Amino acid sequence: MMHDTRVRRFVGKFLIYLFLIIVCFLAFLPFLWMVRSSFMELKQMYKVPTEWIPNPLTFENFASAITETGMFNYLLNTVFIVAMNILGTVLTASMAAYAFARLNWKGRDVMFVLLLSSMMLPGAVTMVPVYVGWSRLGGIDTYWPLILPAYLGGGAYNIFLLRQFMKGIPHELDEAATIDGAGKVRIFFNIIIPLTKASIVVVAMFCFMGVWNDFMGPLLYINSESKYTVSISLQSLQGSYSSRWNLIMAASAIVVLPCVVVFLLGQKHIIGGIAISGIKG
Amino acid sequence: MAELQTRAAKSMRWYQRRERAAGWLFAAPALIGFLALTLLPMIFSLYWSLTDFNVFKSETNFIGLDNFRQMFSASDLYFKDSIKATAYYAVLNVPASILFSFAVALMLSSNIKGRGVFRSIFYLPSIIPAVASCMVWVWLLNQQYGLINTVLKSVGITPPAWIWSKDTVIPTLVMINMWNTGGTMVIFLAGIMSVPKVYYEALEIDGGNAFHKLIYVTIPMVTPTLFFNTIMAIINSLQVFTQGYIMTGGGPSNASLFYCLYIYREAFQNANMGYACALAWLLFLIILALTMVVLKSQRHWVYYSDGGR
Repeated sequence: MMHDTRVRRFVGKFLIYLFLIIVCFLAFLPFLWMVRSSFMELKQMYKVPTEWIPNPLTFENFASAITETGMFNYLLNTVFIVAMNILGTVLTASMAAYAFARLNWKGRDVMFVLLLSSMMLPGAVTMVPVYVGWSRLGGIDTYWPLILPAYLGGGAYNIFLLRQFMKGIPHELDEAATIDGAGKVRIFFNIIIPLTKASIVVVAMFCFMGVWNDFMGPLLYINSESKYTVSISLQSLQGSYSSRWNLIMAASAIVVLPCVVVFLLGQKHIIGGIAISGIKG
Repeated sequence: MAELQTRAAKSMRWYQRRERAAGWLFAAPALIGFLALTLLPMIFSLYWSLTDFNVFKSETNFIGLDNFRQMFSASDLYFKDSIKATAYYAVLNVPASILFSFAVALMLSSNIKGRGVFRSIFYLPSIIPAVASCMVWVWLLNQQYGLINTVLKSVGITPPAWIWSKDTVIPTLVMINMWNTGGTMVIFLAGIMSVPKVYYEALEIDGGNAFHKLIYVTIPMVTPTLFFNTIMAIINSLQVFTQGYIMTGGGPSNASLFYCLYIYREAFQNANMGYACALAWLLFLIILALTMVVLKSQRHWVYYSDGGR
């Protein structure tokens, strides 16, 4: 009897590990295939039988992805947009979160619910009017439509996340500071911001990935090639280099790499941030 | 004494007034953003959905519900296709992504070593740009030299035509989307891990096995998470765009002409802004209705340990 349960437990464990290893292998496989292809010459890729590991390794694809396709320029463009977005989002989302989490003002709860409900709204509903608005303001083919929204709250999700963290700070801290004569601005910058630093970093990372990965924004607003971002340029490669999959994979790897680095740096916080949205949402 | 009290009350009121002003000021950027990027566009969109607004035409006429009538009439060749493609995708994708990510989360929640590593690897695909993942998948599925077909052929299976056949394109895109269910999985995992251990211990004392634990404790306790993930899965499935735009271009023969892709084409390729707004509002109403149905159903199957909020 005792023996039986132990065997069953062992088999159960074994099956769980097997399942997880297979799933993770499958999840990782596309990355391996991308990297493998990016280090190959074309004739290696089309060889029969399949050459699984590139031999010899070619770095040429990366070089030509950077120089030939203008990827370097697109990387700079994207870094600029991302940096401007992070600045705006961190500033205005944490300001709003502070107002919703720690200040008493009439209309606060109604406004917060309205703001949150905008997350449920399909982007398609506002897409046309916002586009028409930007075209009337002369914003087409500029970075304004991709940057300015970050300075207007930076997304309801980020506000929600920061508010969640700010609610956890003891109120005695604000009260003590108020007695010492600090105003709301001082409290915000000297107490709240330092104490929520960790979650601000999470928001900055979400912002980085959201903007770096954004496809719809640049697709709608950017026309001239010199202003392309990485995701839009990657899509245009498909047309102009359609048969050179090694080059496309190298370019993809270049675009994917920063995301992976940011994820590895902040994985604990990022996963924690995602998990919170489900439990408290 | 009385004077002191009135002074205290005055200063209290002054303080509250200042706090109120501070609240509005701190929230101002976000509130202006809500007004300019959500509320006003919504109003414009609703109004334009009742007009024949087209960027190339000089005048815009109010046409009532004609746009909506046109969708359901024979003159719109693509509406039915786009509804069919999107509904098919959602019907497959919602249960598939929920079941798959729940299964993975369940495995990860058991007492295993290396949970963090498994979780990170499984989550990793969700963070890479959609465009890059589309590129990689088109190449993985490449009919002659792609990894998947190479493997299938080597074990003697004739591979299907994947995204290049109208019968397999939607199931293929759903399969690819399993690669992006890391976020759902992480939320499930957090839900499962927060189930108090005492319930499992109680069941163990009563002689329950792993299956009983799953059916009588884990699943009932994670119904709020399941509820949240289901709503999000419905919303996201109905708004699928990028895969259709990049990988299939809506084809073959409109089999993957997703609804949002159709809206995009109407608005930005045909300049039919009014019609696109009407399409977008219909989508919004469909999402709202489905969310309401799930929301209404929750008292029958969602269990809140705090008795509901």
